[in-house]
Amino acid sequence: MVGAACALYASRAGLDVILVDRGPVAGGTTGAGEGNLLVSDKEPGPELALALLSTGLWAGLAEEFGTAVEYEAKGGVVVASSTGGLTALEEFAQGQRAAGVLAEPLAPHALYDLEPHLAPGLPGGVHYPQDSQVMPALAAAHLIRGSGARLLTGHTVTAVLRTPGGAVRGVRTDRGDLLAPAVVNAAGTWGGDLAALAGTHLPVLPRRGFVLVTEPLPRRVRHKVYAADYVADVASDSAALQTSPVVEGTAAGPVLIGASRERVGFDRTYSLPALRALAAGATRLFPFLADVHALRAYLGFRPYLPDHLPAIGPDPRVPGLHHACGHEGAGIGLATATGHLIAQVLTGHPPDLDLAPFRPDRFTEESA
Amino acid sequence: MRTPLELADARPGPAFTVTLDGREIEALPGQTVAAALWSAGITSWRGTRGEDRPRGVFCGIGVCFDCLVTLNDRPNQRACLAPLHPGDAIRTQRGTGHDD
Amino acid sequence: MTDRCPGRDAPHLAVIGAGPAGLAAALAAAARGVRVTLLDAEPEAGGQFYRQPAAALRARRPQALHHQWRTFARLRHGLARHIAAGRVRHAREHHVWFAERAPDGGFTVHALTGPGRGDPAEVRADAVLLATGGHETVLPFPGWTLPGVVTAGGAQAMLKAGLVTSGNTAVVAGTGPLLLPVATGLAAAGVDVRALVESADPGALPRQARALAAQPGKLAEGALYAGQLLRHRVRVLTRHTVVEAHGTERLEAVTVAALDAGGRTRPGTARRIACATLAVGHGMLPHTDLADALGCRLAGPAVHADDEQRTDVPGVWAAGECTGVGGAALSLAEGHIAGRSAAARLLGAPPGPDAWPEAARTRARLRAFSAVLDAVYTPPPGWGERVTDATVVCRCEEVTAGAIRASVRELGAGDVRTVKLLTRAGMGWCQGRMCAPAVAGLAGCAFTPSRRPFARPVPLGVLARAGEDAGGDGGRAEDQGEGDGRAAGAGG
Repeated sequence: MVGAACALYASRAGLDVILVDRGPVAGGTTGAGEGNLLVSDKEPGPELALALLSTGLWAGLAEEFGTAVEYEAKGGVVVASSTGGLTALEEFAQGQRAAGVLAEPLAPHALYDLEPHLAPGLPGGVHYPQDSQVMPALAAAHLIRGSGARLLTGHTVTAVLRTPGGAVRGVRTDRGDLLAPAVVNAAGTWGGDLAALAGTHLPVLPRRGFVLVTEPLPRRVRHKVYAADYVADVASDSAALQTSPVVEGTAAGPVLIGASRERVGFDRTYSLPALRALAAGATRLFPFLADVHALRAYLGFRPYLPDHLPAIGPDPRVPGLHHACGHEGAGIGLATATGHLIAQVLTGHPPDLDLAPFRPDRFTEESA
Repeated sequence: MRTPLELADARPGPAFTVTLDGREIEALPGQTVAAALWSAGITSWRGTRGEDRPRGVFCGIGVCFDCLVTLNDRPNQRACLAPLHPGDAIRTQRGTGHDD
Repeated sequence: MTDRCPGRDAPHLAVIGAGPAGLAAALAAAARGVRVTLLDAEPEAGGQFYRQPAAALRARRPQALHHQWRTFARLRHGLARHIAAGRVRHAREHHVWFAERAPDGGFTVHALTGPGRGDPAEVRADAVLLATGGHETVLPFPGWTLPGVVTAGGAQAMLKAGLVTSGNTAVVAGTGPLLLPVATGLAAAGVDVRALVESADPGALPRQARALAAQPGKLAEGALYAGQLLRHRVRVLTRHTVVEAHGTERLEAVTVAALDAGGRTRPGTARRIACATLAVGHGMLPHTDLADALGCRLAGPAVHADDEQRTDVPGVWAAGECTGVGGAALSLAEGHIAGRSAAARLLGAPPGPDAWPEAARTRARLRAFSAVLDAVYTPPPGWGERVTDATVVCRCEEVTAGAIRASVRELGAGDVRTVKLLTRAGMGWCQGRMCAPAVAGLAGCAFTPSRRPFARPVPLGVLARAGEDAGGDGGRAEDQGEGDGRAAGAGG
C-alpha cells in the first residue's frame, strides 16, 4: 500500500516511476490488513500529524476512486469498559482535540444511539468522525493503476546498484537491472532486508496479527468500534500476545475482528489462543456475535521499528535511497501522507511535515 | 416406474408435517430438510445476497453452503445436513439470512 | 492378530473421518491396543462412498445403491465389535473445525455438534489421524447456478442418504469415473437419465494396458456399469461437454456439444436435452484444512504423507483422499497402513521397513491405476473459453468470470489469493472450496490450496471458549469412557 501511494504521488509529481514487487499486488502485509484509516488511536505527536495529513489525502483520493476502493468515512467509536477507563479515555481525547482531532465524548445514551448492539451497561466512549476505512488490496491495486507507473510484479530485488561514490543508481532484480537515480524502500515488514541490500541498517521487525472474518451480516456494527485498552496495546513494547477487540462491519457484509499483536517472527501457524482471545473480546463488546460464525481468519506481519514510528525520507548514509516503511499496523492509513511526503522530497520540495522524527538513521545498530 | 424408496426397499414410519414459510409439507422420518423439500418438488429456497437468484442443493454434502435455509428461526443452516422433526418450521432465506 | 482391550492408560488416537480410510485406520489401530476416538460429521459411519439411507428410513436393501457393500458390511461389523469392547468411541455428528497441538505434546480436536451444530466438543488425544476425504470440483459454465444443477456426488449423496431425486429426468456430465455409478444409480432409482456426457475419451484407457491388467476388479466394475447403462438405455456421449444450462427459476434443459481434440466444441454439434437435473462433476480435491492448520506440509493439493502415512508433523498421520484422490479401495489400504503405523509407534514398537507388505503392494498398485485415470479424465483444455463474462464463478459472493478476468487484466492480479482479495471470489461461506480451481484456471495461474484455518464455520461464542479446561461452561472435553465407550470400559 505504501509503495502504491508513493508511486501515485511521485508519478503525479512528474516522475517516471517503476514499481517492483517480488510477489503480486498487495501480497505482503497490505493483503492481510483491515484497511484502517485512524486518528483515534494515536496520541499527539508526529504519528498523529502524519495521520491527520493522511486523512485529508484519503478523502481526496476517495472522490477520485469512488467506491472501487470501498472507502467509508464511517467514524470510530472507542468504548470504555469502566468509569475509570472512561475518565482516562476522555483525558486522552482532550489531548487529541488540542492537536486537531475531532473527538466527541459520548454519554451512554449517545453511545447506544451510534451502536445499538453494544453490550449493555457500558459507561460511555468517544466518537471519532475522522476515522475511516478502505479495502486495502483494492486501494493498492487502484492507486497503482491510477498512477500510471510501470508495475513489475514477480520481480525480486537482489541488489541495490550503487555508483563508485556510493549513491544508488537502481536495483538489480532476478529478471534484469532497473536503473534510476532514486530508490524508495517501501518493502514494509521486509524493509530491513532491502536496506541491508543497500548496505545500510534499518531495524524493521514483524509483529504478527490475526483478523477474524465473520459470515456476511446486515449492518449491525456501524462504526469502527474498539475498547479503550487497544491504544495501550498499540503503543506497547511487549512481545507477548496482546489482544484488544477491534470490531467493524464492512461494505461487503462480513464483520472484521482484530487485533492481536505478538512478536513471534514470521511464524505463519494459526494460533488458537490468539483467535480465541479475539472472539472473546468481540463477543464481550457485541454479545450478538456469539451466534455469528467465523468463516475464516488471516494473519499478517506488521512492520515495526523500535520506537513505533515509521522511517520516511532520504537515508543520509546512502544518497538516493529513500525509506517509506515501518508503519506497524497503520500502514494503510499513513500511506497517503507517506507517499505525498516522499514525492515532495524526490522533487526537491520542502515536505509538508517535519521528517526529523521519521529519520531512517535514527537507530544505532544496537537498538535493533 | 421404480422410486428410490422402492429400490432400497425402505419402509419408513408414517410421514409427519413440517412447514415451509407457513405452508404445510410432508416429510419422512430420517429425511433432511433438503430431502423433504426435493420430495415435495421444491428445488430452491434461498435468494442470493447480491442478485437475489434462486439456489438450492448443489454439493449435497455440506461443503458448498448453497442450500442455506432458516430452520426454527436459526438462519444459515445447511438444508442437506439438517435433520427434520415433526412441526419444524423451515423458512426460505434471502440476503444474509439475518432479517436484512 | 489378537484383540487386546486397552486400559485407560493406553495411548489414545483421534481418527477424523469415518469413510473408508478412517474406518480402516480405526479398526487397524484398535485391534492393536490403541484407544480410538473416531470423529465423523455424519450420523452413520461410511463417508461419502458408503453413504447409506438415514436409519429412520428403514431401508432393507441399502446395498441396492452400492457395490462393494460386503466390504462395508465387514468394516461396519468390525467397528461395532470394537465399540462394544470399548476400544473405539464413535463420535457421530461431530463436525471438526480445528485440530491443534497442545502445549503438553498431545493434540486437541475441536468439533461442533448438537442441533444446528452449535455446541462445542473437544477430544484430547496422543495422536491424530486425518482421514478427511475430499470433495468434488465443478468447473463453471453458463447456467450452472440454476437450481437443479447439482454436483454428481451431490445427486448421489441425496439419493443414497435421502432416497430422493430432483425430478424424473437427468443428464449426468463432466469427467471422471464417478459419473458412471451416478448415472446407473439414478437410472436404477427410476430417473430417466437422458445422457451421460463425458468430456474425456475413455477409449484411451485400454492403451494404458499394463496398469489396467493389474486391476481385474476395476475392469469387472467397468463392465458392470456398462451393462447397467445399456440396460437402462442411457445414451453415452464421450468427448462431449455441457455448454450451457437453461432455465429461469430452475433447470429446464442443457445444451451439449461434441469436442474436438483441442477441447473446443465442434460447430454444428450442439443439441438441447430437456432435463430436471444436471449432475455434473470434474473430479475431486482433497480436504487439507485441518492438516494445514496443524502445520503439515502439503504436496500440491494434497497432504504429504510418507510410506507409513505419516505427515511431517510428529504424531499426525493422514490417509485416504486427503493425501491424494484415488478411490475407496486405495483409501482402505492407506487407512490400514496408517492405523497400524500409528498403533506401532504409539505403543513404542516402530514398524520395520516391510511391516505390511500386502497392504503396501495394494497401495502401490492402486496408486498406479489412479494415475492412469487422472491422465485420462482431465477437464477439456478449452473449458475456460466457454465461460462467458456474465457467468457467476464464485457462487457464494456472486463474482463473475468478467470480474476475475478484469482483476488480472487491469489490476495486476496473478495468483488465486490476489484475485480473491480484489474480487471477493472465494471469500464467502464455502471459502473457495467450490470455485478455487475455476478461479485459478480463468486467471491463468496454478491452483494452490488456500489457507483456511477453520475447516468449517465456527460460532464466535464457541471459538471464544475453545480449549478452556474441562469443567468450564463451554468446550467440554470428551474422552474415552463417556458415551458409547463407557459400557465396555470394565471389560478389560
